[in-house]
Amino acid sequence: MAEAAAVPGGSLPHGQGSALRRMLANRRVVLGGAVLLFFALAAVFAPLIAPHDPVEQDLLLQYAPPVWADRAEPGYLFGTDNLGRDILSRLIYGAQIALFVAVTAAAAAGLLGTALGLLAGYLGGWVDTVISRLVEIWMAFPAVLLSIVLVAVMGTGLHSVIIAIAAIDWTRFCRVVRAETMAQKQQDYVASAVTVGLGRMHILWREILPNVLPLLIVLFTLEMGIAVIVEAILSYVNLSLASDFPTWGTMIADGRKYVNQAPWLMILPILCVIALVLALNALGDGLKDVLDPVMRK
Amino acid sequence: MSAARIPPAGTPGGSILSVRNLHLAIAGRRRHTPILRDVSLDIAPGEVHGLVGESGAGKTMIGKVILGIQPSRARITGGSVLFDGADITHLSERERRRLMGRGLGLIPQDPMTSLNPAYRIGGQIADVLRLHLGMNRTAARARTLELLHDVHIREPERVLRQYPHELSGGMRQRVSIAIAFACRPKLIVADEPTTALDVTVQRQVLALIKQMQAQEGASILFVTHDLGVVAKICDRVTVLHGGRVLEAGDTRRIVEASQHEYTRALMAATPRHDRPGDLLQPVPETLTARLDEEALAYDAAYAAAGTHDG
Ligand SMILES: Nc1ncnc2c1ncn2[C@@H]1O[C@H](COP(=O)(O)OP(=O)(O)OP(=O)(O)O)[C@@H](O)[C@H]1O
Ligand SMILES: [Mg+2]
Repeated sequence: MAEAAAVPGGSLPHGQGSALRRMLANRRVVLGGAVLLFFALAAVFAPLIAPHDPVEQDLLLQYAPPVWADRAEPGYLFGTDNLGRDILSRLIYGAQIALFVAVTAAAAAGLLGTALGLLAGYLGGWVDTVISRLVEIWMAFPAVLLSIVLVAVMGTGLHSVIIAIAAIDWTRFCRVVRAETMAQKQQDYVASAVTVGLGRMHILWREILPNVLPLLIVLFTLEMGIAVIVEAILSYVNLSLASDFPTWGTMIADGRKYVNQAPWLMILPILCVIALVLALNALGDGLKDVLDPVMRK
Repeated sequence: MSAARIPPAGTPGGSILSVRNLHLAIAGRRRHTPILRDVSLDIAPGEVHGLVGESGAGKTMIGKVILGIQPSRARITGGSVLFDGADITHLSERERRRLMGRGLGLIPQDPMTSLNPAYRIGGQIADVLRLHLGMNRTAARARTLELLHDVHIREPERVLRQYPHELSGGMRQRVSIAIAFACRPKLIVADEPTTALDVTVQRQVLALIKQMQAQEGASILFVTHDLGVVAKICDRVTVLHGGRVLEAGDTRRIVEASQHEYTRALMAATPRHDRPGDLLQPVPETLTARLDEEALAYDAAYAAAGTHDG
């Protein structure tokens, strides 16, 4: 509290302009954000920028090496795979799938976990007991096993992957949001809201939630990173999309078979996964630093 | 000390607030811990009523019971709180909400944490006006500006658009005061509204509360541990120790001719602005120990009386 008083007015978060300024001053936010933006633009404009159809095969053009190698094929920047498909185009469409899964899965996990976490933290009592027990039981299952079982039951496909990730990781949101809600509930502004006659649900959604929001943004970003990895793993073990769809995980799995003739088939999608995940983690950690003073006054 | 309930003194009809023989305990695993013991106090319309006592006396708890925000483990084990003649200790959530704002208000202790950090000042005041007075946007904005002007905030148009963290402690407390008075409540609970502020700001805020109170004609329950402050702005005062009322009466009489040893000790422990050179004497431990013993004896008698009744 003394800390907040010591900071000169105007340069603090929540005045929207100044929050943006603080973010731009944070190296991890800027770097992570730039890489994320790069992949996001590639994903959104994939049909415009991809030089080839990602699933079009050209059996006369197998294993064309990337431009930096000898015998590179003009027009195929990163070369082609065992079926003569353009790697660059496949990576671009792979970004589309990776980010789509990341956003929807993190949103689904976040929505479910946040709603339950808010209710548990705010209402307490038996609601809290039930939700907290559920989280504990849920977390007792090994995550990877659970996801494989879920996808096996629901059948392979993007929707199963998204549901599996949300079904596993809502607990992450739930625990953190519950704790934060309990902390916020103790704040005097909540008592003040009661004394001016605001209703319980109004206080939860309109007074407390906005103060939990900075934390949610951080969690969401980190969860996107996790979703990218899980999607890659599930498509690697062939539980995601059919293999002619260009997901990074499938590309890694396919590339593994030809790692001796054409190592770039495996290395390039691995680099994409690593770059995107690192970017999301950096962004999340950076945002945590930037937004923290808001959360902890 | 007898556990028999003292019949209500005075006429609750003439009071805006009447706390009658209030008993409150915190529910524990094994037993209930008594916090308030047979507390009675009356506040007339337009009266500023001081509630003084050392830390842990139960001052804040009384304020919370009046506002209906006592902790969930706190049980009212006896007595009542009459507001405008009606008992408000067991209101439904809906009835309670209707009472807040236009009936009751709060000036909180710590202006640093009592405003919502996520919203602009203007919105926080306007929300209250729209909720209780059904004002539209334009009317609420006009009234908000008027209120900010009333609490002596310079450049109210600018402050309207600022977030709480952009204001100083004194400014925020002025905003809290504006919110408390926004719907012209009949009674405001002010729980140590100046302790979190700098000394110079304290005096201004105190004067402001008094001025707003006189202007709006509200009653105030003024919680403090500082008899000096009480002497300045309170009409009447209740002295509390260990959850028991030791003495109550006109401020003047209490300050100049207190009947109770503890009040006199409390006064000797309070710095006086008119005699700054005086040596302060802490309240003697033998006295507080004796009062604590009396409280325990009271608990035993009250419990016994409860068993006989039931
Ligand atoms: N939530 C709670 N749970 C348990 N005990 C409580 C709770 N709140 C208050 N108490 C107890 O009630 C008693 C009175 O507390 P209260 O806060 O009313 O004192 P106070 O007179 O306002 O003191 P201070 O001057 O320190 O604010 C104390 O003994 C305190 O320990
Ligand atoms: Mg207190």
